Amino acid sequence: MKNLIIAASCALAFMAGGVQAQDTSIGSSAPRSLRIAFDVPYEPFEYKGENGELTGFEVELADAMCEQMNATCEFVIQAWDGMIPGLLARKFDLIMSSMSITAERAERILFSEPYYNTPGGWFGPESFDTDVTDMSAMKGKTVGVQRGTTMDTFVTEKMSGVVTIKRYTTADDMVLDLEGQRLDVVFVDYPVGEQTVLTKDGFKEVGEAVKLGKGVGVAMRKRDADVAREVNSALRTLKEDGTYDTIMQKYFAYDVKI
Amino acid sequence: MPDFLAAWLDKNDIFTAMTILEYWNGMVTTVQLVFLSLIIGLMFAVPLAILRTVKNPFISGPVWFYTYLFRGTPLLIQLYIIYYGVAQIPGIQETFWWAIFREPFYPALLAFALNTCAYTTEIIRGAIVSTPHGEIEAAKAYGMSWFMRMRRLVLPSAARRAVQAYSNEVIFMLHSSAIASVVTIVDLTGAARNIYSRFYAPFDAFIFVAFCYMALTFTMVFVFRKLENHLLRHQRPVGS
Repeated sequence: MKNLIIAASCALAFMAGGVQAQDTSIGSSAPRSLRIAFDVPYEPFEYKGENGELTGFEVELADAMCEQMNATCEFVIQAWDGMIPGLLARKFDLIMSSMSITAERAERILFSEPYYNTPGGWFGPESFDTDVTDMSAMKGKTVGVQRGTTMDTFVTEKMSGVVTIKRYTTADDMVLDLEGQRLDVVFVDYPVGEQTVLTKDGFKEVGEAVKLGKGVGVAMRKRDADVAREVNSALRTLKEDGTYDTIMQKYFAYDVKI
Repeated sequence: MPDFLAAWLDKNDIFTAMTILEYWNGMVTTVQLVFLSLIIGLMFAVPLAILRTVKNPFISGPVWFYTYLFRGTPLLIQLYIIYYGVAQIPGIQETFWWAIFREPFYPALLAFALNTCAYTTEIIRGAIVSTPHGEIEAAKAYGMSWFMRMRRLVLPSAARRAVQAYSNEVIFMLHSSAIASVVTIVDLTGAARNIYSRFYAPFDAFIFVAFCYMALTFTMVFVFRKLENHLLRHQRPVGS
């Protein structure tokens, strides 16, 4: 869903790139010090806990990753619009804020290997009993998606002409129309649907979740290829030694590992 | 065509037959929405403006309240209330109203018509009350009834005075219609937003749509200039 603002980010990034200082790169002498940016709140990935401390799936993963890399890390809070510009302007060194890997972003910044991928989920009223993969049964239904998301792309490619697609800017508006029976079903980022649709009475998951896109990666400046190597190897270790699974199970009832 | 333009068109993937068609459909929706709401608004505005000038507060009061309400709140909020609010009324889905309110077009049309009607009512009212007193006295001296005075004197002369202010209202209405895309209508702005989110190219998508709006605006300005020339031809200097 954060895809929506990328273009604005790119425009800003363009300007920020212009004023970027001569890069001196992050010092190669250990221990490395890294600043990692998050956009809060985006539950359950990054948000402020009861005592105001930063927590969430990505925050804990970042902690574990820093430990693995033997780096001292500082967490920075940054609004989504300024993420890529801030990274390029060296306000911080890594972004671990649910940034999906896309070709457009990859032109400006460097992505690590993906570290999670949430599926798109189908949600609808209790009475909805159509198989969402059956195109003839879905004919004439109205499907809601968030504009510009991987879910939008999926539905546009696979189902345009079969169903009526309605595109929304925010998930809230979309859920209102689902409640108001203007939509038969919505196809939305699973954690978002879990928190907006499933918390209401009379709604359920109506189809199997679909994995879309390349997933979410750590974003870095293109010149920091050495950092990327370390990040990738740290993430790989975490995925293999079970640390990743422990953190994941704390926040998700389903698999987001990639 | 200049070479750089040809080269640019050649490597761009935004202005293809598909997207141009999307813009065109959006333009048709925008024009329909604006035109219909203006017609409906004007139709109701004339009688409401007359009622608004009546001395009896039980007649003019409700009209005043209506125009006050709709001019005092943003159109976006009115649209939200009519589109999302109505869907929250329990049981509305089972009534015949739902056939109208299910699709976003009619709620948007209703919101736009109510809004423009409120503004137009005030524009016409202003024109009516500024009718020179001497003209009305003259008409009375000829023994014209209230109805005949309205038809022959007050309304035609009010129309002349109102047309310039009304042309602004028409243009504002076209520009306000850009918010229709928040309720999933794919109008010009909605088409631009869809295309922008697909290609991550805000400049191309929105600058093109700005030119579309500009073309529509200047068409309207042109039509109103012709209309003004026609209505106000008696004010032109002799021989021009």
